[in-house]
Amino acid sequence: MGSKIVNFTLNGREIDVMVKPLTTLQKLLREQLSYTATKEGCKQGGCGSCTVLVNGEPMMSCLLPVEDVEGQTVMTLEGLGVNGSLHTLQEVFFENYAVQCGYCTPGMLMVSNALLNHNPSPKRDEIVEALTGNFCRCTGYEPIIQAIQIAAQRLSNP
Amino acid sequence: MKADTLRVVGQSVPRRDGLGHVTGKTVYIGDIKFPDMLYLKMVRSPVAHGIIKSVDFSQAEKVRGFIRAFTYKDVPKNIYTILCLIGVGPDEEPVLAQDKVLYKGEQIAAIVAETEDAAMEAVSRVKLEIEELPAVLDVEEALKPGAPILKDWGTNYFIYEGHHCRRVRFGDVDRGFAEADFIVEGKYQTSPIEHAPTETTGCVAKPEPDGRIMVYTNTQALFFTLDNTALILQVPFQKLHFVGGTVGGGFGGKVDVIVEPIAALAAMKTNRPVKYIFTREEEMRVSSSRSAWRMYFKDGVKKDGRIIARKITSYADAGAYNRHTPYAVTKHAANIAGPYRIPNVWIDAHCVYTNRQPGSAMRGFGVTPASFALEVQMDKIAKTVGLDPWAVRFINAYRDGDVKPHQKVVEDASLIEVMQAAAKLVGQELPDEYLQMSSWDRKDG
Repeated sequence: MGSKIVNFTLNGREIDVMVKPLTTLQKLLREQLSYTATKEGCKQGGCGSCTVLVNGEPMMSCLLPVEDVEGQTVMTLEGLGVNGSLHTLQEVFFENYAVQCGYCTPGMLMVSNALLNHNPSPKRDEIVEALTGNFCRCTGYEPIIQAIQIAAQRLSNP
Repeated sequence: MKADTLRVVGQSVPRRDGLGHVTGKTVYIGDIKFPDMLYLKMVRSPVAHGIIKSVDFSQAEKVRGFIRAFTYKDVPKNIYTILCLIGVGPDEEPVLAQDKVLYKGEQIAAIVAETEDAAMEAVSRVKLEIEELPAVLDVEEALKPGAPILKDWGTNYFIYEGHHCRRVRFGDVDRGFAEADFIVEGKYQTSPIEHAPTETTGCVAKPEPDGRIMVYTNTQALFFTLDNTALILQVPFQKLHFVGGTVGGGFGGKVDVIVEPIAALAAMKTNRPVKYIFTREEEMRVSSSRSAWRMYFKDGVKKDGRIIARKITSYADAGAYNRHTPYAVTKHAANIAGPYRIPNVWIDAHCVYTNRQPGSAMRGFGVTPASFALEVQMDKIAKTVGLDPWAVRFINAYRDGDVKPHQKVVEDASLIEVMQAAAKLVGQELPDEYLQMSSWDRKDG
């Protein structure tokens, strides 16, 4: 099967890409476009380290064919900060040691960004529920949950 | 202490790598890409124990993008043991299996290809002819007469200075048991545990114009890996340049020397950069796990709760190869009697080979399983004697200056203080006699 051109918006910029059928969004981002913030942990939808936002919803890019995002809006961690400054979530994750090895961090930030956009003051169990698809082997999750709570407060009282 | 002059101790210091992590700019091994880079994938044993009769690459070679295959014949010094650098021997693990395989998933041949997909496709087309042999999967079965023997030196155990196990002898346990009011026995078993780092094990080896091989790796043991790789490739150490430091989760799972030697060899032979990264399946099924341990305790205890004799026989399941287990067993033997003052101790700690995936380092390896068994045993003693579990531990706590069963003087005892602080934290009231105890109130005798 031949390659085809797919058009979508990546981090606010409209792009055309040439992909083979069933190429995953993860592979496109990392290998063709060199957007490597989106990580590769299992390539089977099990770890969440490749999570991106498609039209604002968290999706595991390792299971998502590029053709499926035709005409859609995709956001990766590279698109989270604006004009070189950190997004509040990034600041708070950094300041509160919600990162250790850092490998799950891009996925965690994408999921928490979607959560706070939908629900600016999530309860603890809502945060936990939002993170259930994302695997972290270092922190024990608690610092991440706390960071999201702090970010929610900071964003609602700037 | 002049706390006001300390700038790091007692302070929260921003993580040096934290900004890279939250912006996605940290470069992990999987993010490294070079023009002309090849991908390495491994042909692995489908059986736990067998004799390799033949390996046929003829169909694999037809895959578009196939570059070449590597077998044991291509590896200059194909046999090694990671700890040879600290005097542990003999060498016993092949880089690529030669005539036999000892665990399911063992590396048999490497294939490099232009793309990852092509490398995987080629691997799937390699025809292996293997005569399967009976496998031994249990540590005690492996030591019984008639068990299949896995090592060329004729035993299924590591030899410690001429002995079949790591031994500790202190006092006279038989006399202790004779004088005891209670004998408390226990059998404990732990399972293998996979570290499951979010980033799988991997490296990229790249030939440099100056003739050196640059290796970008997520190893936790950079120079250990460089030295072992140089020995395996039979090249001077300065021929290799290793760059590491960024590890997407390790927990001990990335201290073995597995991916680098073969990737560096492939880079040398093809004169192109070579990437070898485990799939998630390889990480789970092939990378070393925490070893499983079986531990038998027999304790002689007085009515007042004093343990006067402790006899331990334990078995570490090293899996098919040493990796770090011989060292773990030594550490285990030094710790398993516990932070307690016991006058008579006898320990036989075995490092046993089976046809399982090799075990290796993981967070306190050797000691963590020992602590599990030991503290469950302490609770069992408390129950048998009819004492509070806290009491049994205070009564037997060691002191600074005591000699431990492996003949080391205790220099930093803190068990009593830790237990006092823990009791306070959980609201446990302790009798005065325990509150007044100190790790420094040692009396001779």
